[in-house]
Formats: sequence, C-alpha cells, structure tokens
Amino acid sequence: MKGYSRKDEGCPRLLDLIPKEKERLTKSAEEKKTRHGSSEEKQLELRLGPPNGDWTIKNKNISREKDHESLLPFGYFSPWSSSSGTTPFLQAHGQLKESSQPNPAKTAVPNSSSSSSSAQKRTAPTPVVGWPPIRSFRKNLANGSSSKPISELQNAVGSKISSEKPIENSPKSLLVKINMDGVPIGRKVDLKEHDSYEKLSFAVDELFRGLLAAQSNFSAVGIKNDEDGGKAITGLLDGSGEYTLVYEDNEGDRLLIGDVPWHMFVSSVKRLRVLKSSELPTLSRGRKHGKLSLDTSPK
Amino acid sequence: MDPKLKKTKDSSSNSANSPDSTHSSFPFPDEVLERVLSLLHSHKDRSSVSLVCKDWYNAERWTRTKLFIGNCYSVSPEIVARRFPRIKSVTLKGKPRFSDFNLVPQYWGADVHSWLVMFAKVYPFLEELRLKRMTLSDESLKFLATSFPGFKALSLLSCDGFSTDGLKAIATHCKNLTELDIQENGIDDFGGGWLSCFSENCSSLEVLNFASLSSDVSFDALEKLVRRCKSLRILKVNKSISLDQLQQLLVQAPQLIELGTGSFQQELTPRQYEDLETAFSKCKNLQTLSGLWEATSLHLPVLYAACASLTFLNLSYATLRSDELAKLVAHSPNLRRLWVLDTVEDKGLETVGSSCPLLEELRVYPADPFELDLHHGVTEAGFLAVSHGCRKLHYVLYFCRQMTNAAVATIVQNCPDFTHFRLCIMNPGEPDYLTNEPMDEAFGAVVKTCTNLQRLAVSGLLTDLTFEYIGRYAKNLETLSVAFAGSSDRGMQCVLQGCPKLRKLEIRDSPFGNAALLSGVEKYETMRSLWMSACNVTMSACRLLAKDMPRLNVEVMRDEGSDDRQADKVYVYRSVAGPRRDAPPFVLTL
Repeated sequence: MKGYSRKDEGCPRLLDLIPKEKERLTKSAEEKKTRHGSSEEKQLELRLGPPNGDWTIKNKNISREKDHESLLPFGYFSPWSSSSGTTPFLQAHGQLKESSQPNPAKTAVPNSSSSSSSAQKRTAPTPVVGWPPIRSFRKNLANGSSSKPISELQNAVGSKISSEKPIENSPKSLLVKINMDGVPIGRKVDLKEHDSYEKLSFAVDELFRGLLAAQSNFSAVGIKNDEDGGKAITGLLDGSGEYTLVYEDNEGDRLLIGDVPWHMFVSSVKRLRVLKSSELPTLSRGRKHGKLSLDTSPK
Repeated sequence: MDPKLKKTKDSSSNSANSPDSTHSSFPFPDEVLERVLSLLHSHKDRSSVSLVCKDWYNAERWTRTKLFIGNCYSVSPEIVARRFPRIKSVTLKGKPRFSDFNLVPQYWGADVHSWLVMFAKVYPFLEELRLKRMTLSDESLKFLATSFPGFKALSLLSCDGFSTDGLKAIATHCKNLTELDIQENGIDDFGGGWLSCFSENCSSLEVLNFASLSSDVSFDALEKLVRRCKSLRILKVNKSISLDQLQQLLVQAPQLIELGTGSFQQELTPRQYEDLETAFSKCKNLQTLSGLWEATSLHLPVLYAACASLTFLNLSYATLRSDELAKLVAHSPNLRRLWVLDTVEDKGLETVGSSCPLLEELRVYPADPFELDLHHGVTEAGFLAVSHGCRKLHYVLYFCRQMTNAAVATIVQNCPDFTHFRLCIMNPGEPDYLTNEPMDEAFGAVVKTCTNLQRLAVSGLLTDLTFEYIGRYAKNLETLSVAFAGSSDRGMQCVLQGCPKLRKLEIRDSPFGNAALLSGVEKYETMRSLWMSACNVTMSACRLLAKDMPRLNVEVMRDEGSDDRQADKVYVYRSVAGPRRDAPPFVLTL
C-alpha cells in the first residue's frame, strides 16, 4: 500500500500471471525482477494492491492456489495461502522488525512516511469486491452531484472534493476505467482522444485484444490463437459481437453505449465495461445498483 | 421452539381457549393470562414467556400480533401459520448482510412470495409488512395489494426484484394505506407514475418515503396527496422535487416530524428564498431532516430556523464542507444523531464536538470510497474531537483512511458507553499509521472499556490478539464483523468460545480455516447465523459440520473457477425448517 507507484502500462504484463499453471510463478518472478530488482526483495515486498496501483480482484484462480506460497506477484493480500498459521502479510510485517532481511530499504512497507506520501496521490484503483462496505446507492456521491457547478467547487474555501480528480477538472484528457469480462486487469482509456463511438470501439479492441489472447492461451480449454495479438473484438456497439460495450454514468446506472450524442456521453460517463453479449438480457435503464442485474420480473 | 414443561399438575391439556381452567398452579384463568400477555410487545420477551410452560406458550401464541423473523429461512411459513393464528404485522429479513456489498449473487433466494401466499390464507387481516433484504417481484406486490383489504403499512429496505409497477399496484389497491416506505432498494425505476395511482379518496397516509427512487413524479399529484393527508408525519421525497416545490409541500404539511428534502439546489428569486425560509420556520415539530442533495451554503440557511428542534440530521447525501456543517450544527444544539460525509473533514467534526453535547450517534460516510489519497476525508483527529465534546456518544460508524491505537484508546475513555462501534479503516490491513503496529490495542481498549458493547466492526491490520481481547472482554457482544483480519484459527476460536451473547458473526478475507469453523460446532445453534467468505475453509469441514448438526443449515457457494475443495462462501444458520427447498443451483446445501 505504501511505497509503490502507479504504472498503468504495467497491466498487460501482469496478465501473464493470471492462469493456473505453475509456470506463472516463474514468469511472475521474472516480471518482478525487471520491475523491482531481486526476487528476494519481491518476497519481502508487501503490498495490498498490485504494482500498478489497482486493487484489481479477482480471477479467483489466483487467490485460491494453496500450493503457491503467495499471490504477492499479484500484490494481493492473501491470508489463506500460508500453511504456517500466519499470513504472509504478517510474516512480512514481522520480518520488518528483524534485522535479518536483506534489503529493508526496498520493502514496500517502510516506516518512512516520505515515500508513502508521494505514492498516496494515486487515484482510485479498481476496488475489491464489496470493499469498503458501502451500499451501492451511496457510491458516486462525490462525482454524482452532477449538477453541482464545478466553478463553485473550485471557488469554495478549502474545497477539496473534486479538485484533484482529473475526470472532472482537466479538459485535456478524460481517462475512464474500462474492464472486460473475463479479464481481471482493467485498462484506462482517454475519451478525449476519440470523437465517436466507432473510434472508441476500435480503441477498446486495441486495448483488450492482446489481453484476451494472452488470457485464452493459458486457459485449459481456451482457443489457441496463433496469430499475433489474437482475434479482433468486434460488434461492440450493436450487440452483434461476442462482447458488448456498456458504460456507467454519474448516477451509477449502467447503460448501453450509443443512445446519446457523443458529447453528452462524454459528459456523463464515469466508467466503461465490456460485457459478454450472451450474458446481457434486456438491459434496464434507471437501475440504481452499480452492478448489472438481470431483469426477471415480467412486466 | 418446544416449550419446556414446568413440573405442574394439570398443565397438560388445557388450551388457551378453555374458559374455566382452574388448575392449581395458576390462580387466574386463561383470559387474564391472555389479557396480561397481550400487553407484551417485545418479541424477545414473548419468546421467554412462551418457554415457561405449555399454558403460557398457548396464551402467548394466541395473543401475539406482531411477528419478527430475523432470518426467513430459520422457519417456514407452514410452521408459523400453525403456531400463530392472529398476526397483523410481519417483519421478515432475508439475505445475509454482506449481500448489501455484492457478496451474494443474484437469485440467491429470500423470496417473499411463498410467505405472502400463506399470509393470505391464514392472516387475511394482515396490516403491516416490513421486509429487509428480501426479494419480491411485481407480481408479489400485486398479490399483496389485492389480498389484504385492511393492509396499511409497507416498508421495504434493501430489497430487490421489483419495479415501480409493483408500487403502482400498492398505491392503487391499498385504500387504507398509512405507510409506504421504500428505502435503498435495487429496483427498476420505470417512472414516477405510481404516485399518481393513489386514489383521490386516499387521505390516510402517515408515512411516505420515496427518496431512493430516481424518476420524476407528478408534482401535482404529490401536492394534492400531501394536502389531503392531514396525518402525514413523515415525508421523504426524491431528488426530482425542487426547492420551490418543496416549499409548496411544506406549506401544506407544517406538522411534519420527519422531512427528506429533494434536490437542494436551484436558482431562486429572493421572494422564493424568503418563502422557503418561512415555510421551514413554520415546521415546529421537525425532528428529522434528510435528503439535501447538492446542498450548498447558498441555500442551507433556510434550514436554520427548523434546526432548533432537530434530533436527527442526515447529511449523508450532501457533500458539505467543514464551514457549511459548522453553521448547521451551530443551530442544532439538540442533535442526538448525525450522519455526514467525510467531506466535512476533521475540522467539521470539531465543530460537531463543540456544538452538539447531546450527540449519541455519529456516522461518517466516505464521499469517495475508492480514492486512496490520504488528504481527503477524516482522520483520527476528527473522531477524537467528537469524543471530547460528545460524552454521550454510544453509536459510531466511521470510515477513515488512518487511525492510531492511542486515539481509539482516548476515544473510548471519553465515551465509555459505546454500544455500537463500527470502525472502517478503508485500506485493508492498514496498521497504526504512527507506530506501524497492528490495531490490536485499539479494539482491545474498546472491548475492555465499553462493557455494554453489542455491535463491533473491526478493520486495519489485526492479529489474533484482537480476537483474544474480544473473546475475553466483549461479554455483551451480539454482532461482529471482520474483514482482512486475524492471523490464525485461534482468533476465531477465541471469539466463538468467549462471547456468550454472540448472534451474528460475519467474516470475509481472513485466515480462519476448518479448525476455527469446527470449534463453533456447539455455538452456532445459539446464534442466528455465521458468514465466512474468502477464508480458509474447505468443503470437507463444512460437510462435517452439516452432518454433526442437523438443525443447522450449512450452505456453500463456490466462486467460478476455484478449487473444488474450497468452500469460498459459507453461510451457516440455525433452522427448524430444515434445508431450503428453493436454493438455486449455485447454493450447495450440505
């Protein structure tokens, strides 16, 4: 949680770590080496989130592997994987107090607050499921006051509410998170770089095509993609493809892409999702949950 | 529950109906017993009464009119129907609490329909239904609306599965409706037309809460409704109602005791502003105020006149700054309960400490829960400040990003009467930020000092020591919530062995395994339920538990793609109804 910096660009490499095979641990060790130095340090690096700052959870494959000592390559706190009765989390913590660790300065839970303060300015990572324990209707409050004029926020004495969020105040880029079904690591896409839904769809394809391919290469019954980069993700906008693009607006509702003019979409979108088309029944509008729910009650 | 028979002579065959029972143990006839028992309202008292002897059991069951079922699966509609012949009011709770945070998949269950069918048969004069975390469809709502001619009060909290169409049915058919309270539900909002379905003859409403619905309602219909319902005491409107509309409503209902405003931001003419101010000043009975979406310092002053009588101020939808809060609480010296967003920061909480000496409950919600920047929100300083000024504080829910053991120790010294202590340090496993130690001593101080503690939620970096403390000192603890905490099975074992009054234990992402689970084998029947998710429990242990304890339902849900041996989500609860018959395929009943 302290002492590491966000690296969005790190995501694709981490995907190599997702699946079940044991080789992933060696791969992950390699990943860690390139980024953080020696592999001993990797084990001492204590994190509550992956190095890119995302609390991305969870391909459950990762977290349930009991024969792997730690999921620390993924950076996630994994209390169950240690058989000695203490969590790796606490082991590392305990080790911090001993002098025997090789390189205390590089562990990710140093006592120094100076390194932590610079790392604290990362913006919201993808949350752990159901944490913090806030009910959906309470989310999006800081952003969700959509009609509160930005100028008022900036003029207000001591206002810190949204002044640091690039999404609302910076006209130069509009970065929103985008997650895809079946891919545990999300990406971010800058909506200012596109001016139409078609361009956005193309960008989504570019962002996730490789990830999806890497994913399926490791799955036991996956489709082997021998071409580089895997197959294109198409049909996002009209429901014709295997995946469909949806978004969440500033009220927390999930909506299909494409209904409103692009500029209106940009002003209300908060995040994007790429869902499997097969799992989409009639999407309901105006739903106040943050999650997609199947509409069951016959009208 | 079978009544324990006291050793009396003639207690075997007397039913509560026989008018002349003069068996020697009880010097008064059944009618007197029934008359006396009908004055008992607490379901816990009634439960105790029913255990005295068979006569008392019978007298109690005939006089009970309010049914409280804390876990809808702990009993069945048939069993209830057999035991209680005269029920007018039902409270039913369904899903485990963690379903509020998306930890329970959809279609898990807790559907109210089978209950409604039974009620229609056995309790045709049912008047009240209060549901929490249940699933109900529009069909169920229509059935409800048309099956009970005397139906008066419907309260739905955190329910799902229905839409505003179902509300239309209620508004249309329930001619004597006194209460419609729709809170925080996952419902499909197809528009506000349901409000217009209230007939023009309907004037009985006392409670109307549709704050959590999003669509516009017909203001004309609402205004007329408010005008003719002279007994209206609770009105909570939704965001679609503007300030000047609110003013018109207030003019019709100055008798309101609880008010939830709509959107609190609008360009008002000076005249409108003045009218609004006047309207608020005429609300002399206002005790509760909520809503206030988008409220700013521009419009907050209209409230000041009404603040003097306020005992509960819910600002958890208003992103107020510290100075805005300061002015509000300065006008509200009688506050007992305050809910705010952490946008008010420590400074705002300081003003609470100095302005609200009678405060008993404080909740601080995070405005942006996923923001990790430490420079937003509240810290231990704010909590300390409130504890210094509000010595009567006994309920706290506090979301923060940093905390220290020393601060918590001081806080509970200032306020030793905590009954509900829910501290959520938002980064999982966060230690004391000054000493870098676990937060064990903080919660140790809480349980040692606050002997009346009933509910505890822990967070931060915690070892088994926390749970040793809890087991040793928290003798009145009834509900415990644990997340990302503990070091080994021992932690959970300490709690199970040490807390005699424990009723609900919910745990997620903690290293408790089979030994811990099985150590509570004898305990779970004395509890309402146990939830363990993302812990270290396997299917074999769950099966063992299920086999040993036939009166417990042991249900497991597995996550996609996880190991077959892992029991990812375990829900254990006592039941006299046996295993669920409506469990979906992803719920394995062992």
